[in-house]
Amino acid sequence: MDLEYGPEYDALREELRDFLAEAWPRDQRERAAAHGIDPQTQRTFIAAALERKYLYSAIPVKYGGSEQPFDALRESIIGDTFNAAGAPWRLGAQGVGMIVPTLLEAGADWQKEKFIPPTLRGDFVWCQGYSEPGAGSDLASLRSTARLEGDEWVINGHKVWTSDAAEANYMFGMFRTEPDAPKHAGISYLLMEMDQPGIDIRPLRQINGATHFYEVFFSDVRAPADWIVGARGQGWQIGRINLKHERNLSGGSLTRNRFDSLVELARSARIDGRPAIERDDVRQRLAELDAKVRCCETLTLRQLSSAANDEPADDLLATLINKLYNTDLGEEIVQIGYDLIGDRGLEAPEDSAWTTISGGGPGADWVDRCLFQLAGAIAAGSSNIQRNVIGERGLGLPRDLRSRP
Amino acid sequence: MMRDATLSEATIMHFGLTQEQTLLQHAIRQLAEGELPPNRRRELFDEGTGFDADLWQRAAEVGLAGLVVPEEYGGAGLELLDLALAGEVIGETVFPGPFLGHWLATIGLARGGSDAQKSEWLPRLATGDTIGTVALGERGDVWEPSSWQTQTSGGLARGDKRFVEYGDRADLILVGTAGGGLSLVEGADRGACELVDPLDRTRRLAHLGFDGTPAETLAGGPEAAEAVCEAGRILLAADAFGASWKLIRMTVEYALEREQFGTKIAQFQSVKHQLADLAARCEPMRGLFWSAAYSFDHQPTERALEAAAAKAHITETAVEIGRRAVEIHGGIGFTWECDVHFWLKRTMFDRTWLGSPRAHRERLARLSNW
Repeated sequence: MDLEYGPEYDALREELRDFLAEAWPRDQRERAAAHGIDPQTQRTFIAAALERKYLYSAIPVKYGGSEQPFDALRESIIGDTFNAAGAPWRLGAQGVGMIVPTLLEAGADWQKEKFIPPTLRGDFVWCQGYSEPGAGSDLASLRSTARLEGDEWVINGHKVWTSDAAEANYMFGMFRTEPDAPKHAGISYLLMEMDQPGIDIRPLRQINGATHFYEVFFSDVRAPADWIVGARGQGWQIGRINLKHERNLSGGSLTRNRFDSLVELARSARIDGRPAIERDDVRQRLAELDAKVRCCETLTLRQLSSAANDEPADDLLATLINKLYNTDLGEEIVQIGYDLIGDRGLEAPEDSAWTTISGGGPGADWVDRCLFQLAGAIAAGSSNIQRNVIGERGLGLPRDLRSRP
Repeated sequence: MMRDATLSEATIMHFGLTQEQTLLQHAIRQLAEGELPPNRRRELFDEGTGFDADLWQRAAEVGLAGLVVPEEYGGAGLELLDLALAGEVIGETVFPGPFLGHWLATIGLARGGSDAQKSEWLPRLATGDTIGTVALGERGDVWEPSSWQTQTSGGLARGDKRFVEYGDRADLILVGTAGGGLSLVEGADRGACELVDPLDRTRRLAHLGFDGTPAETLAGGPEAAEAVCEAGRILLAADAFGASWKLIRMTVEYALEREQFGTKIAQFQSVKHQLADLAARCEPMRGLFWSAAYSFDHQPTERALEAAAAKAHITETAVEIGRRAVEIHGGIGFTWECDVHFWLKRTMFDRTWLGSPRAHRERLARLSNW
């Protein structure tokens, strides 16, 4: 065990500080914190960071990346430093996070050339068409269809929980193209333009009153025949490519940030006229959570270490547990926060920056956090599905009902 | 056991075990497998003596007695992380023996003893020929150095120490004294000694009463006493972690075997999810005790905080895991004849000895400047 990063990485931290002072100065940070980040500001920042090779190390130069050998420590330092400064380095998760790695692995050359570079610049915004009203945890039971007519796909159906659908230029998604094939083998992975007749986008009002997700209705929507990734019937496998690349190298620091804001709340909130943090019961609960946050941080550190040292994933269980543990801890944090705000909890949530599962600024409203946190146990693999996976893959318990024919 | 050679490896951040550390754990597992078959473990538990001279001898031959004794005194000169990893397997195998107290005595003496005291005692402690222990607890669930009342003056100790591991057998006892220091008492001089009928029958406990017992003050006592307490918290956490993973594995095995309603109970999602939740609570604690043990030697500003977090969280969670393990075992789990209680009681000792989770959480809160 050696937790020193070494001089090379100390130099990187210093270099990043200098870079941020210029590319993301204090007045811009403050404006962004107060009013959000406009797309042009984000494009400018990303271009500057890309020029310094801070971004897109896994992507070839010809597609707009910086193409460098994988260095987990470097990536994690850059990510943590940018996050801490609130820098707008992350474009929509669906684009850089999902469709780009999928195309790199399975896309045709023309697809890579056409879609990847503008996505990395922030010019193309993507949304994801996976979930349907009848296909949540059991995603492969999806029923939206695509039928090949001449040189076009004709698409019909209904997708839900579509983030960014109103802003997106393109959608990637899974559609049933082989109605006679078995469940998983009848799905294809298609791309389409969002700005066309037959697409109806309706905001979904969430439990916290905000609208971040949409549902999308398709009636005879068109996509060119070659806007398919992989072959017909391979969509399920293509959709799983992202899972292979999934690495959670920042989970620990994000959870630490959330916990820190809970401690801040406990300092400012007053109970019976004195700061809540002076109360024994509050201190006990915070100390209990602090240890769990340390557990989260070390889970992240273990994954970072095995990536950095090119070790085999003998920490399989640690990886499987990550999401469930973070979700459960997130629940505890918001419930304590909710108690600490007292009767303010009787009022509806304020609009706030707490709009993504991974985000939420220090000023985010605790009523809103409390409600939004509910997504944690539902989105991206529900907690009960996680428990199946931990039980089966991690502990060797028998497979569940779902795998029976 | 060789000092690991991390310096010769490429210096890149590494939060994981070295090959030497993995081998150390493997060696203890093998020792337990060979020397401590289930029937012998049960015999020892039923006897409740918590000690088997041959077993201790075998463990000492593998080098376990002197893991953290400096090399110049005949030990392996390893760090607390190595010791905690050994402690994890001692908990996992519910290995009876005076490990905890002995290890803490070597740490206290190495940190707080004079050259003469170290030269006299450490080589014998390193081989295991001499058994050491620490006498920390006092009446009223008192464990904190700042609250110790045992007096020393004129080379004589007066006061009561409670729940001393192997207090009746140890040849060397480091006694916590008023003002937060440590004094060295030879086993031959120990005063009144009352054996405890222990909950965890894999460890021997005694109350000691000193009434003008010859005692040598350790010059570096207060600093060494803090180190002993912090190391103790981490070692209890490691022990509880090893025990709780073993409890989960035993329960998984049982669920794969036990049939009700015509099928293995592991097939029921309620049981599977309960086990998954236990694993999800247990595994993340591994990094917590690793980190605390690493900080003990390398990050002095973090070590008190991390030791408190590890002790409070891991030992408390381990007991809960043990209780759920009994539940999933069903009726048989409630019986003396089912081995599960060996591990459950081990975790209960870990939770209580050196103070409750509550006490360590309050320490954590203070150290965090809350």
